[in-house]
Amino acid sequence: MKLDRNLSTEPSPDWDALGDALDILCPMHLRLTETGHIIHAAPTLCKLRQETDLIGRRFLEVFQLDRPRSITTMSELMARARSKLHMGFRKSPKTSLKGVLVRLPKGQGALVNLSFGISVVEGVQDYGLTSADFAATDLAIEMLYLVEAKSAAMEASRLLNKRLQGAKLAAEEQAATDTLTGLHNRRAADRTLESRADEKCEFALMHLDLDFFKSVNDTKGHAAGDHVLQEVAKVMRAETRKGDMIARVGGDEFMILIENETSREVLSDIAARLIAGIERPIQFEGDVCNVSASIGIAFNREGDLLGPDDLVQNSDQALYASKAKGRACATFFDDLGVPNKET
Amino acid sequence: MTYLGGELGQSMHGLINKAIEAFVIGTYGAESWALVAKGAELEDLHFESMLVYPKELTPKVIDCACSVLHADRADFLQNLGTYLVSQPHQQAVRRLLRFGGVDFVDFLYSLDDLNDRARLAVSDLRLPSLELREHTVNQFSLTVRSEMDGFGHVLVGLLTAMADDYGALVMLEYGGCQGDIETVAIALLETAFSEGNRFELGAMA
Repeated sequence: MKLDRNLSTEPSPDWDALGDALDILCPMHLRLTETGHIIHAAPTLCKLRQETDLIGRRFLEVFQLDRPRSITTMSELMARARSKLHMGFRKSPKTSLKGVLVRLPKGQGALVNLSFGISVVEGVQDYGLTSADFAATDLAIEMLYLVEAKSAAMEASRLLNKRLQGAKLAAEEQAATDTLTGLHNRRAADRTLESRADEKCEFALMHLDLDFFKSVNDTKGHAAGDHVLQEVAKVMRAETRKGDMIARVGGDEFMILIENETSREVLSDIAARLIAGIERPIQFEGDVCNVSASIGIAFNREGDLLGPDDLVQNSDQALYASKAKGRACATFFDDLGVPNKET
Repeated sequence: MTYLGGELGQSMHGLINKAIEAFVIGTYGAESWALVAKGAELEDLHFESMLVYPKELTPKVIDCACSVLHADRADFLQNLGTYLVSQPHQQAVRRLLRFGGVDFVDFLYSLDDLNDRARLAVSDLRLPSLELREHTVNQFSLTVRSEMDGFGHVLVGLLTAMADDYGALVMLEYGGCQGDIETVAIALLETAFSEGNRFELGAMA
């Protein structure tokens, strides 16, 4: 109450008492003369700059006004009393500050209260400030707490995301399915082939490669190509038995493992139906795509049991022969007249 | 075992479980933790700080750790509390607690808001509610309301380490447990007993 009376009735306030109170309430304030010279700097500001860099200097000589930028004279600054000011020190570190100026009555100059605003994080780092440098009511400490706590939580979340991403990739690595067609992928095909060969099962291995697929992809786009692959997969599912393994092992390359089947007649029939099904025109967005298939067939038979690599190689040679014959047909490795490798 | 967005009150935040894991690994070694994880039938060897786990899992892990490590439960929990704030390479907890007060008494009062402060940072983290009572200028008691049986012991360890950090000399005593309420008696012998550790506001930012 005494302070209030001082301000309103005494011609000149008792700056010793008032100054002490203001230093506690506003530890980053300055008192200026009418001419804009700094005559008092509160304790926290004295940690930001040496006292000799403040006291006796002109306010606009120490600070550069960022907003409003047009202010270059003290009278212009006085005219902006009570409104928000953005400024920075002219000398490095050019910490940005916000502030507000109030004029004192009877030509006693002005008070400017300053604050770090959003730059508080850099501010406390640059000047090694502690809690005691902020007013007890200042939210700066809470803000710093939040920044630090949130950063720690974000970091933990970031690490979790990174690990989840790693786990996702590992799961994809382990996956046995081709995501486009829903068929098995190469890895699954290799595993199945290896286990069937190891178990000395009898089966036929069909190696199927689409004909004219590249031109669909090139002329009608990848979306059309993907659609064709999905339709072809449907044909293969329809023309094989449940339990037969169908895998997409390359871009337009497939392998079908037909269990317990070594009859040439049955396999010729399956191959013919596969080719006929695949040759049916495929509709895509009002357009028609035409592809066909070449097939090579190898056997794993009693008395002629092979390892998985040889089987794949045999079916591959037979497929190559079909391509050489003009595509859209199936060839048995047995008919190539190539002797099987001794195993 | 892990479930996201688990129902509140039925779940325990991964941060708590991860803290127990870090303490066991840091104090007894990774092999001991592997035994604890196996004994507690954890699906994964490591907890994730940012996931939520079934509530029953935490006491199971603690009991399992005490039996595997042949540790007294109260001692184990107290050492866990000390570990959380006194690890030089793990400053986050110490620093976040130091934001609470400029001196030890100020810090003690900030514990009333601990739960709210924690939730500001991690919205689904539920810490025990604490209430400080001042009996004389240097005699306090802290009531702990927690679903985690024995959290008072963790606090004894944590407050001991924080007193060291502030440079205060204190005597702490676990006052037992009634229902889900535990008490810790705090006698402040000297506020400026030693230098303590400096707290730079901007050290981590």
